[in-house]
Amino acid sequence: MKEKKKLIDENGLRLDGRKWDQLRPIKIEVGTLHNADGSAYIEFGKNKIAAAVYGPKEMHPKHALLPDRAVLKCRYHMAPFSVDERKNPAPSRREIEISKVIREALQPSLILEDYPRTAIQIYVEVLQSDGGSRVAGITAASLALADAGINMRDMVVGCAVGKIEGKIVLDLDDAEDKEGSGDMPFAFMPNLNLVTLLQLDGLFTPDEFRQALELAQQGARRVYEMQREALIKQYFSGGAGETTVVEEGE
Amino acid sequence: MSSVIRKQVIPGEVIVRGDYRIGSFVEKRGEDYVALRVGLAEIVRNDVKVIPLTGPYIPRTDDQVVGKVVDVTGFGWEVDINSCFKGYLPAVFVFGRDFSPATHDLSSKFRVGDLILARIDSYDRSRDPQLSVRGPGLGKIPRGEIVRISPTKVPRLIGRKGYMIKMISNQTDSDLKVGQNGLVVVAGPPEGVLRAANAIKMIEEEAHMADLAQKVQAFLTGG
Repeated sequence: MKEKKKLIDENGLRLDGRKWDQLRPIKIEVGTLHNADGSAYIEFGKNKIAAAVYGPKEMHPKHALLPDRAVLKCRYHMAPFSVDERKNPAPSRREIEISKVIREALQPSLILEDYPRTAIQIYVEVLQSDGGSRVAGITAASLALADAGINMRDMVVGCAVGKIEGKIVLDLDDAEDKEGSGDMPFAFMPNLNLVTLLQLDGLFTPDEFRQALELAQQGARRVYEMQREALIKQYFSGGAGETTVVEEGE
Repeated sequence: MSSVIRKQVIPGEVIVRGDYRIGSFVEKRGEDYVALRVGLAEIVRNDVKVIPLTGPYIPRTDDQVVGKVVDVTGFGWEVDINSCFKGYLPAVFVFGRDFSPATHDLSSKFRVGDLILARIDSYDRSRDPQLSVRGPGLGKIPRGEIVRISPTKVPRLIGRKGYMIKMISNQTDSDLKVGQNGLVVVAGPPEGVLRAANAIKMIEEEAHMADLAQKVQAFLTGG
């Protein structure tokens, strides 16, 4: 058995040199795939994830359509080369579960009643994986949905927190996720202030949980700023300032 | 004099607070007026609306659309109108009330692959849109090149009272048929079609710019 790595050093810094409340570097782009109706690409630490949205389109199979709203379908998939050891491309139990939670995290933000009898398909493709890929996937997928022009109540933005060395820290990477003692993925709608995804594995005391929830929200709000910036950059580059007043005669 | 306030918004963002009339893609939450799409929010007097910059084509009654016939059935044609709903053109709308599948040959009018300019006769959320080709200029489109743009940019392409589309048509000596569904068919001399297509693409890319008409004018007279 190899010796357990120390996840936080004596200066309070983590393995990659971050402080407890620091996010990994994030890069977000919108409209990266030309053949999709909406798309986004996110780099969240070492995660590299592409999200694509197709639809609304005709629902197949026909018997599964809903007469009053759209059916939301979601596939989270990890590319065979996204991890150190080749991953079988067939959907694993874990991927099927994550597909479900991503779908359920995004559904409350969408006004599916505006598109009856149709289907909206979301693809989240992990090209390189690190810790927290589901929340990064949700952040990208929400951007792709906005890019596709589907009516939305709010954006959805995700961020994870976890417990390492008995301390609650923001945004776990892969090593911290594996060695640490708890992981809590979190996604919410920042303007409505409603939580859409909350999972927890590990043991947290009620106090730790409350602290973790608060920290996750702060982290997600920081990600939201970057999400917003990416969308504005795609649609208003070279445009006028944010708010303009035009005087019109008569 | 009235002033227009324009604001760049993304879904979920509060546009204004107060008492306004709700326009397109806006939701009221308590005192707040919230955007549902990426776009430009516009506040004029008491009205607040969002002009979306991206999105699918959702049919509306009386829209003019360009469609492609994808199937001929016993009683009508199925038409792809670049939407999540398939358009249906009933044969009675074409042959009249005395239509009978035994005496009329549907393929003599439109065949699979034909382009048509049609009007949305009726549409609601419970049924697929029904098309009609009765009206001036409607019917089969014999020739032309298809240019695809985002359906949300079509109003910009048409311009105020058709100003923009008339300008392109005159300057390039070509005939343009614009569908609200984002399909444009351009017919005319090859170089004119090419210039018109480029102008249309330019309008799509710069739809949010303020001085678009002058830019297009410069592009057409310069190039």
